Amino acid sequence: MERFIQVVVDGVATGSIYGALALALVLIFRSTGIVNFAQGEMAMFSTFIAWGLYAGGVPLGLAVLTTLVLSFIAGLLIERGLIRRFEGGQELTLVIVTLGLFILLNSLAGWIWGFGTRSFPSLFGDGTFTLGGVRLSWESIGIVAVLLAVVGLLFLLFQRTKIGLAMRAAALNPESSGLVGVRVGRMLMLGWGLAAVLGALAGVLVAPRLFLDVNLMGSVLIYAFAAAALGGFDSPIGAVIGGWVIGVTENLAGTYVDFIGADLKILVPLVIIFVVLLVRPAGLFGTREVARV
Amino acid sequence: MSERKLRLVGVGALVLLALLVPFLFGPYRVGQFTLVLAYAVAVLGLNLLVGYNGQISLGHGAFFALGAYTSALLIEKADLHYLLTLPIAGIVAFAVGFLFGVPALRLRGLYLALVTLGLAIALPQLIKRFDGLTEGTQGLTVEQPTSPSWLPFADDQFLYLLTLLVAAVMFVAAWSLMRSQVGRAVKAVRDGEIPASTLGINLASTKTRVFALSAGYAGVAGALYVFAIGFVAPEAFTVTVSLAFLAAIVVGGLATIVGAIFGALFIEFVPVYASDVNDALTGVIYGGVLILFMYLLPDGAVGLLRRIGRLVARRPAAPAEEAEKRPAVAPPEPGVPAGKA
Repeated sequence: MERFIQVVVDGVATGSIYGALALALVLIFRSTGIVNFAQGEMAMFSTFIAWGLYAGGVPLGLAVLTTLVLSFIAGLLIERGLIRRFEGGQELTLVIVTLGLFILLNSLAGWIWGFGTRSFPSLFGDGTFTLGGVRLSWESIGIVAVLLAVVGLLFLLFQRTKIGLAMRAAALNPESSGLVGVRVGRMLMLGWGLAAVLGALAGVLVAPRLFLDVNLMGSVLIYAFAAAALGGFDSPIGAVIGGWVIGVTENLAGTYVDFIGADLKILVPLVIIFVVLLVRPAGLFGTREVARV
Repeated sequence: MSERKLRLVGVGALVLLALLVPFLFGPYRVGQFTLVLAYAVAVLGLNLLVGYNGQISLGHGAFFALGAYTSALLIEKADLHYLLTLPIAGIVAFAVGFLFGVPALRLRGLYLALVTLGLAIALPQLIKRFDGLTEGTQGLTVEQPTSPSWLPFADDQFLYLLTLLVAAVMFVAAWSLMRSQVGRAVKAVRDGEIPASTLGINLASTKTRVFALSAGYAGVAGALYVFAIGFVAPEAFTVTVSLAFLAAIVVGGLATIVGAIFGALFIEFVPVYASDVNDALTGVIYGGVLILFMYLLPDGAVGLLRRIGRLVARRPAAPAEEAEKRPAVAPPEPGVPAGKA
C-alpha cells in the first residue's frame, strides 16, 4: 500500500511537469490556434541555458530566474519574427514551421552543448520525509507547489487584470478586439512569451529527474500533448488535471504492468490520446468545435 | 517550346540520367543513389498523404521501419526470396496503416500529427521490446540481392537498376492515380472537407485509404532500403527518419510527383556532407530549410522549376493550371462527384 501511494505521489509530481508544458501548449493554442511542436525543444534550450549559468557559478535560483526572463524574451521574439507571418494560414504550413523550429533548436543545442548527458540539480534538494509511513521527497512536493502557484498566477492574470482581459479578447475575436483598441499582435507575442516561460519551468523541473541532454523533452512533449488532449486543448485547468491523470497512469502502468515496464511507458500517453480523441474529441474540459458551413 | 513539352523534356532527361547513374559512378556512389531511390518511394508515399490529401503524418518512419523489418525477417528467418518480400512488406504496411488509420483519421489534422509523432518516438523502444523477433539493439544482418549470372551487371549496378524499376512502377502508379477520378476526390478532400462531402465523397474512407496507401509506399521503400543496406537496427529508425521524410516533401514540393526525387536526393546527400562539418549541422539544415522554404518557396524545388519553365516558355502563368497545382491557394475544385461517369 505504501508503495502504491508513493507511486501515485510520484505520478502527481511528474504529472505536474507535464501539466506545466501542457499549459504552455494550451496558452498558444488558445491565442493563435497553433499547436506548437517546438514547445518542448524551446524548454530544453532554456534548461541548457539555466545549466550553463549554474555551471558558470551563478546560484541555482538566480540562474533559473534569469532563464525564465530570457525565455520570455525569446518567446516574444519567436512569435514576432517567425510565427507572425504564418498566423491564420494553413494548418500544414504552421505545423511544418514549428517542426522546423523543433529540429533547428534540437540541433543547435547539440551544436552548442554537445550530445552528452549531464546532471541537473533539483531546485528543492534531494531530502525526503516520512508521512504516515510513506516516504515522500521534498522535490515532489515542491514541483506540485510550483505548478499550483503558476496556475494561481495565471488565473489572476487572465481573470483579474486588464492585460489578461485583452489577451482573452484577442484570442477570442482578433478583429473586434483590434477595433476596440486591443493591440492584438502584442497580445499574441505575450502569449508566446508566457508559454516559453512555462516551458522553461517544466524543463528545469524535469531535468533533475531525467538527465539533461538534447532529447530531454522529446517524450515529455508527448506526455504534455496527451495531457492537453485529455483536458481539452483550449482549457488551462484541463491541461493541469490532464497532466496529473497522465502522470499517475503512466507511473502505475510502468510499475504494475510487466509488459509495459520502463521502456514502453511512452505507449501510455499514445493510447490515452487515441481513446480520448475517439470517445470525446474535445477532451474533458474543452469546448466542442463547431464548424459553420 | 510549350510548357508541356518542356516538362516532357525535363522528365525524359531525368529518366535518362537515372538510367545512366550506375555506369557513371563507382559502387559507393551507386549505393548512395540506390538509397535515394528507396527514400524517394517513401517520400512520394508521404506526399500523397500530406501534399495531395492534406493530412499530416509525422510518423512515416514507422511504416518505413515496418516494411524494412518485414522484409528482413522474411529473408533471414523464413528464407523467402527477396523479391517476394517486396510486395509483402508493402501489404503489411498497408494493412497496419489501414488499421491505424481507421481510428486516427476521424481525427482532425493536428491530432493525426500528434499521434503519428508519438508513434515515431515510441518506435525504437517497441522494436527493442520485441527482441525475440527483431534481435533488439543488435540488429539483423540481411543477405543482399546479388546480380544473376545471366545479367552483365555488377551487384551494385543490379541492385540500383532493380530499385529503379520498382521506384518507376511506384511513381507511374502514383502519377496515374492522382490524375484519375480517385485523385481528384483525394485533392477535393484536402481543399475543403465539407464541400467534398456534399459532392458525395466519403471523407473517412478516402482519408483512411490514402493513409494506408501512403503507409504501403513507405513499407515498400523500407524493403528496398534493406536490400540496399543489408542491415536493420532500431537506431536506424528514430524520429529523425520521419522528420527527414517531411523535410524531403517540403524541399521537393508539396503535391508533386517528381518532387520526391529532389527531396530524396536532399535527405541522402545533405547528411553525408554535413556530418563532415559537425554532427549537428544536418539537423540545423533540415530545420532551417523547413522554415525557409515555407517563407520563400512554399511549392519547393518543383515549384521553382515550374516558374523557370514558364519564363522559358515566355507565357504568363495560366491561372487555371496554377490553381490546380498549388494546394495553399486552391479553391475547392468544383464538380468532382464520386461516381460521375
